[in-house]
Formats: sequence, structure tokens, C-alpha cells
Amino acid sequence: MLAKTIAEYQSEGRTPEILFWVGCAGSFDTRAQRITRTLCEILNHAGVEFAILGNEERCTGDPARRAGNEFLFQMTAAMNIETLNMYGVKKIVTACPHCFNILKNEYPALGGNYELVHHTQLLNELIVSGKLKMKEAGSFKGQRITYHDSCYLGRANDVYEAPRALLEALDVDLVEMKRSRKNGLCCGAGGAQMWKEDEPGNKRINIERIEEALETNPAAVAANCPFCITMLQDGLKAKEKNEQIPVFDLSEMVLNNLL
Amino acid sequence: MISSVLFVIVALAAFGLAWKGFSRVWQNIRLGKAEPIGGHTAERWRNVVMVALGQQKMFKNWIPAVLHLFIYVAFIITQVELLEIFVDGIFGTHRFFAPALGGFYTFVISFIEILSVLAFVATIAFLMRRNVLNVQRFQKPELKGFPARDANTILFLEILLIVGIFSMNGADKVLQTRGLEHFYPTGAFAVSTWLGPALFGNVDTGMLMGIERFGWWLHILTVFGFLVYLPYSKHLHIILAFPNTWYAKLSAKGKMDNMPDVQKEVRIMMGLEQPEPGAGGELPEFGANDVFSLSWKNVLDSYSCTECGRCTAACPANITGKKLSPRKVMMDVRDRAEEVGAALAVSKASKAEYNDGKSLFDRITPEELHACTTCNACVEACPVLINPLDIILQMRRYEILTLSAGPGEWLPMFNAIENTGAAWAMSAERDAWND
Repeated sequence: MLAKTIAEYQSEGRTPEILFWVGCAGSFDTRAQRITRTLCEILNHAGVEFAILGNEERCTGDPARRAGNEFLFQMTAAMNIETLNMYGVKKIVTACPHCFNILKNEYPALGGNYELVHHTQLLNELIVSGKLKMKEAGSFKGQRITYHDSCYLGRANDVYEAPRALLEALDVDLVEMKRSRKNGLCCGAGGAQMWKEDEPGNKRINIERIEEALETNPAAVAANCPFCITMLQDGLKAKEKNEQIPVFDLSEMVLNNLL
Repeated sequence: MISSVLFVIVALAAFGLAWKGFSRVWQNIRLGKAEPIGGHTAERWRNVVMVALGQQKMFKNWIPAVLHLFIYVAFIITQVELLEIFVDGIFGTHRFFAPALGGFYTFVISFIEILSVLAFVATIAFLMRRNVLNVQRFQKPELKGFPARDANTILFLEILLIVGIFSMNGADKVLQTRGLEHFYPTGAFAVSTWLGPALFGNVDTGMLMGIERFGWWLHILTVFGFLVYLPYSKHLHIILAFPNTWYAKLSAKGKMDNMPDVQKEVRIMMGLEQPEPGAGGELPEFGANDVFSLSWKNVLDSYSCTECGRCTAACPANITGKKLSPRKVMMDVRDRAEEVGAALAVSKASKAEYNDGKSLFDRITPEELHACTTCNACVEACPVLINPLDIILQMRRYEILTLSAGPGEWLPMFNAIENTGAAWAMSAERDAWND
């Protein structure tokens, strides 16, 4: 057991500092589950009292809303807000920028008001405050690594620095792609594209993006979103580079580098 | 005297035609739904000053930004000279401000001349870029026909304007040396002091006076032509960039607008809210399928678009060969507003009664809408804060909620969220990773 549910906290008469919103990818996708467990390990290591909703968590409704299905979004969001408000949740961390965006920006209009942090922001805070200590010479030190800005953390919410601060703390040799930060190129999964094939065209978007990443000749690609990670890995597979070049969530790099 | 009368008639005609054109645009923008936008005055001023006036976002790409700045500043500064042209035109005076302003007059005209040369260079560069160099964003299908001609027309008018200025000033400089009382000595202008003698040094006085008048009339007639043409051209951005940046969305780019009507329905359905007594009946249409169901701000966006294509060049779908082009979405909305506006002007019907059996879906296909990743690259790219994504999402809402259509591949996702609470239909427990 890496994480306790908020119901368990409640039955002990305790209130956790923060709720970890796991999200559908983090709950069910094998690759993203590893990131979920990684984040739990780090939070436990740092002594952060956190809870999960467990089976009481539902999809935030991001893909439904962006596909245009407002009814479904309103339904699932209303149920989540009932749950979150019942437990008196104040602060939420999530490893998914889509969950982050919708909980932060769109739930308030429906009566769900929470303080949101993306896990890259939280990890950065924990390092700055000294609750997490990094190795002097970890395995990423001096490694040539490129960073992919997710649209929903970057342009959608203007978070560009926290993930880069983590890479700095890891002492990597960060090589930016041509299109980065505000001009970053999408991985191709947003707006419910994750659930459908690309429309007819001459290339998949993730191939366009991974080609740009490969131009930086990286030892690894760092990302912050479960969907981006899937898309980038698929791109590397198509280029037959997936054996040589891993795609990491930033939390995985942090865990690897913990003192 | 005759020329004064002629000038006043031409000026009045130009203003009359321009008024008609601009009122048409105003009416068409109001085809959109009323949506109050206000508050946060400081932030809105910041956007107007930095983004519209200061062209902050143009400088993402500094070569076109600098060239564009030349034309922009020349255009603004030339308005000073236009003031004198009006005074001279109405009262039959010649360079009315020259005697009173003296050396300052020489400075102002010199400044205009230098900027006109820079604007000339920029205009030639822009004509080359559109017609000779193979710049991707100017080669897209949506620019074929009128949009390409429109862009070249504007650039051609710029050149006429500059030719007018230098024929007028150049001939004047030579005439000043010929001892005619009418041509008041203005001091040395930065460019025409040498350009005038170089071009017209040997021309006889009568002919020179003709060239001077030709330049003067060419200048002012081009300005009038410009004014009348503006409301029919993509060039309208020189005016609408200001209100458009003022009314631009200030919240996080990732935030989608809530739909309170749907929210209410769902809460009633879930038993979280009681229906209002007497309420019920037909549900309204949801989302947008026409200019009437878009916000007036979406239509203002479409008229503010100068078709530069920075949005399309940044769009991941377009880059990878998909049909979606955010610029085309904007042009389609504007063209539809034009179509509806023109029909309403003839039929005098109200917008509530309007029905021509067509909609935005005749112009923007589901394939284009479905290609969007909602990445906000188009929104970020626009130098005047246009939001194509907002329109795409409202049309997606219409497609799903009102037409019950959309990609079939989305149905399993919808069903999974509805029935299992997860975006994929899974048999495992949600917290199985935690065992």
C-alpha cells in the first residue's frame, strides 16, 4: 500500500495535507501507473501526508468536454465535486496536466474550489524547502536531455519554469527543442484525440514532435503528462529508437536521484 | 476655388462610402450573441497598449516584425501630413503649416519622408514574400483568389501613396528654387531635397506644377480609396486590432467557458436541484452552428483577422497535413457573417427570423473540427489575440449536443465515463495500482 484513501484518513479522524488526484491514465494505463506509484513513493519519502480518493474518483470529464459532450462533463464533474466537497478537500496535486487544468480552471464555475498544484510544482517546492534532497552526482548528471512542454501545463496554464527547475536540480544538460515553452508543439493527444485516430494527413503529430526531439540528439526525453509520454514513446517506437531513448516523467527522474 | 469644391465633394463622397462600409461591419459583428465582456480595465489597457499599439506579439519573429513596424509607423506619422492636406484642400492654401512651424515643419516632413522610404522597402519585401518567395503560410488553399488579390491590392496602394508623397515633395523642392511666391521655402527635406532635383531638375516650371498637383491628388485619393476599401479588406485589422485586444479573453488559455443551461439540466436530472415551477419544454440548441449562436466577440475576431497565417503555421494538425487551418476557420466565420449580413440587408428580416438553409457547417467541415488537439498554439500565435479554438470548441459542442454526431471512436469513451467513471472501460478497480 503506497497510498491511503481519504475515507481511511477520515475514519482515523485525521485530515491529509493534500489530495493526490490520480486520474484515469494514472489509475489504469500501465505506463502511467508506474508514475502514480513513483509519486506516492516520493511523497512518502518526503513525509507528506497525502490521500487518494480511490474508487470514489471519477474521470474529471476533460476528454468529454473537449469532444463537445457537455452533458457528460457536467454529470461526472458534479459527482466529483460532491465527493471532494464532502471530504472538505482544499488542496489537490495531480500528475496529469489535463486533470490539473480542468480542476483548477473549470470546476470553480460548478462549485468546486480547490488549490491545485501539478506534481512538478509540488516536487519543486519540496526540493526548495529541503524536504527532498538530491544526490550530488545522480545518474542524470550531465546527461543530454530534452524537455517536452505539455500544452495543458504550458500554454494552457503558463507553467514553464517548475519542470525546468527540476531538471536543473537534477543537474542535467537540458537541450531545448526548436519549438519549446509558449511555442511548444503538441504531442497530438489533447482535445480527446487520445481516443481516436488522426484525421487524414501526411504525418502523425507525435512523429513530427519526436523528430524534433531527436534533432537534439538526447539521451532521454523528459515530460510531465501521461498522454504526452504515451505519444512520445509511440513516436520513438515508430522511429525504432525506443530501446535507446527512454521517455521519463519528471517524477521518475527525481525518485532516481533522491538521497 | 474649383479645386477646393472638388476636394470637398470627393472627401464627402469618400466619408459617405466609408461610413456605409464600416456600419456594415458593425451590423455584422452584432449578428453574434450578446455577451457582456468587461472588468479588469488595467489588464485590458495593457493588452491594447502592448499587443495592439506596441505589437508585442509580432516580435516573436523579428524580421517581419521590423518590416511591418516600418509600414505601421509610417502610416501613423503620415496622418500628420494628412491634416495639412485637408487644410490646403479645403482652403486652397499651400503647405499651410510651413510658415508657422518653420524648422519643426522641416523636421516632421523629413521624418515622414524617411519612414516612407523604409515603408517602401518593407512593401517591396512583402510583395516579394507573397508573390516570389515560397513562404508556406502564404501558399495555403484558403488564400486563393480574393484574399491573395486583397493583400496585393493593399501593398499596391502603399506604393501609390509613397509615389504620391515623393512626386509632391520632390516637385515642390525644385519649384522652391525657381523664385515663385506660392512655393514657400520649407528648408531641406531629408529625401526630396536630393530626390526632387535628381528626378525633376530639368523639368520646366509649368510641368513641375502639374507634377506637384498630381502627387498631392494621388496621395489624398489613395488615402480616400484606402478608407473606402478598408471595411471590405483583411486590412481592417489596423482598426479592429484595438477593440479586439481590449475584449480578448483574460483567463487561463486552458479554460473552457461553462454552459450554465446544461449545468442546470444535469443537476436537475441528478436530483441536485429542483426544476423551477413552470419551466421545462423544449431544450434550446447547444453550441454554435452559425454566426447567430457564436458570441459577437467571435465575429469581431473574424473581422480583426488579417490572414497572416501565424496560427495555421503553428497548428500541429495543419503542420502534419490535416485539413484544419485556424486561419480558414476565422475567414469562414467572417465570410458567413458577410453572407448573412448581405441577405438581411436585402430582406430587412430580423436575425431571429433568418433562415437560408445554410450554416457554418457548410464552410467548416467536421473533419476540420475533429483534427483540433485544443493545444492553444493558434491562440498563442495570433498577434492581435484572436481565439480560433473557442469557435472550434463551440462547433464541436453543436455537433455532439445538437446533432448527436461526431467521431464514432469517441462513443466508447463517452460510454466508459458514463457507466464506469473512467475514460476507458476497465474491469480492474481504480486503485488496483495501490495493491
